[in-house]
Amino acid sequence: MVSLASAQNAATHSSDELAPGSPHIISPEDLLKLLQAPADEKPLILNVGPWLLYRQAHIPDAEYIGAGSDKQALEKLRAKVKPLPHNKFIVLYCGCCPWSHCPNVQPAFKELSTMGFTNVKVLYIADNFGSDWVYKGYPTIKGQ
Amino acid sequence: MRKVVLIVVAIVVVVGLYELARHQSARNGKGGPPGMVGSVAPNFSMQAVDGKPLDLANYNGKVVLLDFWATWCVPCRSEIPHFVEFQNNYAAQGFQVVGISMDDGPEPVRKFYQDFKMNYPVGMGTTQLAESYGGILGLPVTFLIGRDGHIAAKYVGLTDTGTIQQKAESLLQKK
Repeated sequence: MVSLASAQNAATHSSDELAPGSPHIISPEDLLKLLQAPADEKPLILNVGPWLLYRQAHIPDAEYIGAGSDKQALEKLRAKVKPLPHNKFIVLYCGCCPWSHCPNVQPAFKELSTMGFTNVKVLYIADNFGSDWVYKGYPTIKGQ
Repeated sequence: MRKVVLIVVAIVVVVGLYELARHQSARNGKGGPPGMVGSVAPNFSMQAVDGKPLDLANYNGKVVLLDFWATWCVPCRSEIPHFVEFQNNYAAQGFQVVGISMDDGPEPVRKFYQDFKMNYPVGMGTTQLAESYGGILGLPVTFLIGRDGHIAAKYVGLTDTGTIQQKAESLLQKK
């Protein structure tokens, strides 16, 4: 019954769901606070952006999935979350481009919604990961 | 009287530093890391996606527009026809566009190269190359390199190509 409701919900998803101010969005400042929270309160952070950007700098503990616009990456995303409970707190992020032009976060968010995940947020990156995270001095890790 | 002079001097210094910082910030582009503008453009050498060698040093003495982009990047796609036009219009004056794709692999780049009739060399980016240019942590990022090999301007994100063109023209006038 829950999955049917989720499926119906997913069918109504549109890009408006990720408009600024949406409850599905988390700000960099709020995610930063979560990074300092106890381990059991931290979300699973998944990077759904391009590989070369991830390798230069990514959020600590963020796991690389692949660009959300890529079908193979979405398959990897499905495999990654499949064993997880549907209420798992997951944060998706990319940061390749200005928010309204990002080709990656929307497909990844939609995929998780379709699978029935109910506690997914997307990191709001207004311009790019450099401006909105790295150059603010927020923590990053280089490499894989 | 001496106190007044000191206050005026202090105000002038503070305003001057503020304007300098503001100017530097504008040249580096919104949110970009400090320090790239004014430094020597890091050299790189690779094989372009068309199979030909691509070596930045070969363009010494020219004004170079170095564009970090990707096929999936919507703002990048809108800039590229303008860069193709720049290459046509200014090549004779010593101007060269060079593209560095941040795509994960060359296949989509080769197709894009043909579809968009790109008339300048495009190579594949690497982490090392991106970091040598201060980190490419969002696209597009465009650099203008003067004839002296120094980075004259950096534009982060979708930029009015008229602004880039104006700066390129002013660099071309310097011999």
